[in-house]
Amino acid sequence: MSVLVDANTRLLVQGITGKSGSFHASACKEYGTQVVAGVTPARGGETFENTVPIFDTVSEAVAATRANASMIFVPPEFAGDAILEAADAGIQLIVAITEGIPVMDMMRVRHALEEYSCVLIGPNCPGIITPGACKIGIMPGYIHRPGHVGVVSRSGTLTYEAVWQITSQGLGQSTCIGVGGDPIHGLTLQKAVEYLHADPDTKAIVMIGEIGGSEEEEAAEYIQARVRKPVVSFIAGATAPPGRRMGHAGAIISGGQGTAQAKIEALQKAGVRMAKNLGEIGKEVAQALGK
Amino acid sequence: MNIHEYQARDLLSSAGVAVPRGAVAKTPEEAESIARSLPCNSFVVKAQVHAGGRGKGHFVDGYKSGVHLVKTPHQVRDVARHMIGNTLITHQTGPEGKPVHSVLVGESTDIARELYLAIVLDRSSGCPVLVASQQGGVEIEAVAEKNPEAILREVIHPGLGLQPYQARKVSIFLGFPSTGLRAPCRLLHAAYRLFLEKDCSQVEINPLAVTKGGDVVALDAKLNFDDNALFRHKEIQDLQDPSQEDPRDLAAAEHHLNYIGLEGNIGCMVNGAGLAMATLDLIQAAGGKPANFLDVGGGASESMITAAFRLLQADTAVKAVFVNIFGGILKCDLLAQGMIAACKSNPPRVPIIVRLQGTNVEQGRKLLKESGLPLIPAEGLMEGAEKAVAAATGKKG
Repeated sequence: MSVLVDANTRLLVQGITGKSGSFHASACKEYGTQVVAGVTPARGGETFENTVPIFDTVSEAVAATRANASMIFVPPEFAGDAILEAADAGIQLIVAITEGIPVMDMMRVRHALEEYSCVLIGPNCPGIITPGACKIGIMPGYIHRPGHVGVVSRSGTLTYEAVWQITSQGLGQSTCIGVGGDPIHGLTLQKAVEYLHADPDTKAIVMIGEIGGSEEEEAAEYIQARVRKPVVSFIAGATAPPGRRMGHAGAIISGGQGTAQAKIEALQKAGVRMAKNLGEIGKEVAQALGK
Repeated sequence: MNIHEYQARDLLSSAGVAVPRGAVAKTPEEAESIARSLPCNSFVVKAQVHAGGRGKGHFVDGYKSGVHLVKTPHQVRDVARHMIGNTLITHQTGPEGKPVHSVLVGESTDIARELYLAIVLDRSSGCPVLVASQQGGVEIEAVAEKNPEAILREVIHPGLGLQPYQARKVSIFLGFPSTGLRAPCRLLHAAYRLFLEKDCSQVEINPLAVTKGGDVVALDAKLNFDDNALFRHKEIQDLQDPSQEDPRDLAAAEHHLNYIGLEGNIGCMVNGAGLAMATLDLIQAAGGKPANFLDVGGGASESMITAAFRLLQADTAVKAVFVNIFGGILKCDLLAQGMIAACKSNPPRVPIIVRLQGTNVEQGRKLLKESGLPLIPAEGLMEGAEKAVAAATGKKG
């Protein structure tokens, strides 16, 4: 078992002919992901690495290959459109890697997606991986190991740090999800925690948050009410100056809202084990699992 | 991205929001002639800087306040002469202040009531939200704290836009009589249109004044823009004023580095925004103060790493550098090559602590070791932060 993706996931890549798109399509394929199609308008009929057919539209690709997940590398100005195209073609899982999509575009896209049953991960995210089965995204595959710790995070490199520490403890991961660093995105931390909690193969959950917004507080409420698996958490940005955007468009403390302190308190109240600093996540997980 | 008050005023005015008559002046003479062209007998002169709290601020030479109310065009000229070329310090500028290159000269308004109005993005609903209060002219955060029921938040559906009933509801909340809703409603629609059309992240009108004559005018406004959408707004990009930015931030932007100058003495170079934030936390947990936030990004090139290094070296406040890299897409050996090249062309003047982990880490560590450069290796995260703090304080004492 796993969450959202497994060995049967059939992936198409939107923007497969671009520099990042082709590089990461290739890396996912190498990891073992079934990359069944690519989409680039006006490049239909070509093939990627001589094996993956390229189509002009997502709906053609879905009809021909039964793709059920999409990874998007389309440049920011066209990425909102690409997400809507994937949803309209019936894709069930859309993973938008693209960084720098205008907020106004994502606002419209998120509302339009309410009409569909699909799940959007991202944008501006590392993606999702079920170790040993399916990698959709830009994370380095080799740091992962199949296992029972579910990981969800708003940041790419922090996810890698946490995963590496878990692997170094001799443990492994069920599924790792990066929800992305933009203020408006698809899958929330809380929803990801819900998925991991419902997955019988996940024995412990790691949630990595950061300053800005209130998703950590919302997840904390859910954890307190429902989650009986051990949860370990870390919040980045405890010392960030207010009002400055710390790299991620979503990471900004405004008007006293979104501070690390408020998030940490909410999580502690929910019985979550807080890692004292970034280097302690792996150890906390091992302790939580009694290893 | 931030712009000046006079630029925000022009944008609001062309969107259909009423503003007091006036114009921007770059010289005292210009200020005087603008005042002479205004049909009024009392004028406001406001220093143009990217910071709030101007009225309560002061200039480096001791001249008081960045906002003056005067009676004659001659006095306008006098005030402008004091302000232009001077540096204004407010609680938002930091102790070094911001240079004043222009002043806004306007008619003074007979104010009956001061209101607050803003359109911002509400993250949890993913919608724009209209924020309104009858308590204008003060910081909205203070109102929110003391008197939260004095604030109305009206969420706008991004697909439908601001509806007429919502504009009426907000106007009535703001205290307009039901027979006099046309002017405030028109203003709300104009402000929302501006928010959408220019990809604003914030439109804040504070105060929104009701004059004794019954007009509704934006007395002061702050507009912020979504950096991700600037590609489709050349007209907004052109409003940028480099004199108002931290020079370190400008140098970083030129090399597409994600940099924010801070007040401490430990320079940081990290890949990934989350890890960069967590690195600042680690340094402070170890008892130090970071000099900057610097994310070289997931796919940094050798030239970006060289530029990042040069930037940290050029900052005289920096007493030690902490390089914290988790190699994913950015491979550790490539990072090591970049660092070696940067150090060869620009020999380090402060200790450099390097913590590498991830893809090709062994090759990266080997390259650094064999380079003969005086780098201090660290394996653990906290270990690296502690070594950086020790190096920075050792240098000082």
